[in-house]
Formats: sequence, C-alpha cells, structure tokens
Amino acid sequence: MSASDLTKSELQPDPERLASLPSLPRDQGGPVFAEPWQAQAFALAVRLSAEGHFTWKEWAAALADELKAAAQRGEPDDGSRYYEHWLAALERMVTSKNLSNPAEMDARKEAWADAYRHTEHGKPVELRKTK
Amino acid sequence: MHTQDHEPDHDHQVVPPDPALRTKALESLLVEKGIVDPKALDALVDAYENKIGPRNGARVVARTWVDAAYRKRLLAVPGAAIAELGYEETQGEHMVVVENTAKVHNLVVCTLCSCYPWPVLGLPPVWYKSAPYRSRAVIDPRGVMREFGLELAEDVEVRVWDSTAEIRYLVLPERPAGTETWTEEELAALVSRDSMIGVVKVSATSGGKA
Repeated sequence: MSASDLTKSELQPDPERLASLPSLPRDQGGPVFAEPWQAQAFALAVRLSAEGHFTWKEWAAALADELKAAAQRGEPDDGSRYYEHWLAALERMVTSKNLSNPAEMDARKEAWADAYRHTEHGKPVELRKTK
Repeated sequence: MHTQDHEPDHDHQVVPPDPALRTKALESLLVEKGIVDPKALDALVDAYENKIGPRNGARVVARTWVDAAYRKRLLAVPGAAIAELGYEETQGEHMVVVENTAKVHNLVVCTLCSCYPWPVLGLPPVWYKSAPYRSRAVIDPRGVMREFGLELAEDVEVRVWDSTAEIRYLVLPERPAGTETWTEEELAALVSRDSMIGVVKVSATSGGKA
C-alpha cells in the first residue's frame, strides 16, 4: 500500500473538524505552518485521532487547555507559539493514553540531537543502534 | 562548527531546534510502535507542502518589486532583509539571493541531499529531493526547465547554484510584464515556490498555487 492509495478527502481532516480547534492558524485553503515540524506535529495529531487513539473533541479540549495555560502565564496571544502549545498538548495526550511517556520521549529527543551532531552533511540522519 | 571554507561533505548536520527534535522523537517512537503509519503521515504533510513557507518567500519577492531600497538590502544582506518582514532566519545557514534578469537565469539544486531554504520556501517538493533532479539540474539545466515548461532563449546565461550545509539560495524572479499597477499583495500571489527555485518564471497569469 502506498500513500497515494489514500485519497485527499480520507487524509485531510474536514473543515468542520478544523474549525472546532481554537485559533488554528489557517487561510481559506486550510491550516498554514511556519516550519516543517509544525506540519509534522499537525499530521501526528490528525492521524492519531483518525486511528482512534483519541477523539477530535478530546484533542480540541486538550489543545484549548494548553492555550489557556499559556494565556494565564501571560504569553502574547498572537499565534506565534501556537504549534509549541500544540506539541505540548500532543505530548501530554500520548502520555495520558499510554502511547509513550516523558522519559521515553526525552531520551529519544537526545538520541536525535546526537544523530544530527554525528551525521555528515549529505547523509540521511539516522538513529544509531543502541544496545 | 561551521566555517566558510569548510568542505561541505565534511560538515555535520545542524541540530534542529527543540520543538523540531521533540516532534521527530514523538513521530519516530509512534511509528516504531506501529501506532501511526509513516506513509499516511507523509501523505498528509505532502498535502500541505505548499502551505508551509512559500508565502513567506513570495512576500519577500513581491516587496523587492515595489521597493527598490528593500531589493538592494535583500541582495546585500538577505538574512536581515528577510527578518525585516518578520520571518525567521535559517538555522545558522547563510542565505544568498540570486537575481534573474533578462540575460541571466538562476536555478537552485542540492546535489548532495536536499538542502533548502525552508524558512522562506517551506518543505522541499518531492522532485527537488529526487536523484534525477539533483543530477540533471547540473548536467542539463535547460532540459530540466523545459520539462517545467520553461524555454529559455539561447542567449540567456543559466547559472546553477548548488546548496550546501552553510549556503541556501533563493532565486529572485523578474517582475512579470503587465503588472505595473498591481499592489504588493496581488504581486505576492503570483510568486510560486517553483519560480523561487528557478524552474519556472513568474507570469501575470501564473497564480500563486505553487
């Protein structure tokens, strides 16, 4: 099976679902991203929900909590850190659903940082096998 | 550490910022555990490929067409001029803007991998990362451009720029004829991602849909 087997409509969340998200940066064509990782984080949440690990309603609520907490910390509400909050909400969600945990995510993050430091330019960055 | 005269292939990769690393960590864990299908993720991200960044680059280009002083600044110190419009500079790489004229056409490639000025252009298109483009852009740039529907006159000089770990290129396309009365915003909508890689030109009818 390849990704092209999936039609666009199956893949992309419908407009109604997107509209249910608090203050999602978007234009007429859908969500917009400032950096590639934001699209990656966006896709992860959409796919996890599509696979039934949590409902979209649960997701919208988790994201709203994270945005509210940020506002209470006095962060400017200009959307510039939207996907940082999205990512934080996603990390909390996968932890609460027992899909991963903070220690595991942290260790993996360090492993990737290490892989970048040790990979020559022009070579794909890959995790080194650990014992 | 990066130095100007470093051999590109001896360089190591730039470590991405924290949120990018955390996203990568999460994704690799979930894929490894079979919780998410990497192909479905890729397809979803690809669907938004044009939604990331190219608008930033288009706004930079449109500004140069209406503001000659900005154009000068962009060509002289690209990173700072791009930051003027509120866009982030790249992660330590040096940005170079190459200008198309009636006599010179620029084309960008990364023969080694897929280095790409994503803060202004977003995710690289699939063809940019493909082996045929990476090799043929250097050997037969006119042939590559012809496949994109761009036929250059014989007397136009073609310059091919090979991106490295430190240097990312952005093509500054020519302002199309017939747009003299257009607003900056209307002009920005014309500038496609492909025109900033150099495989096509901007025309008054090209539309901004990548």
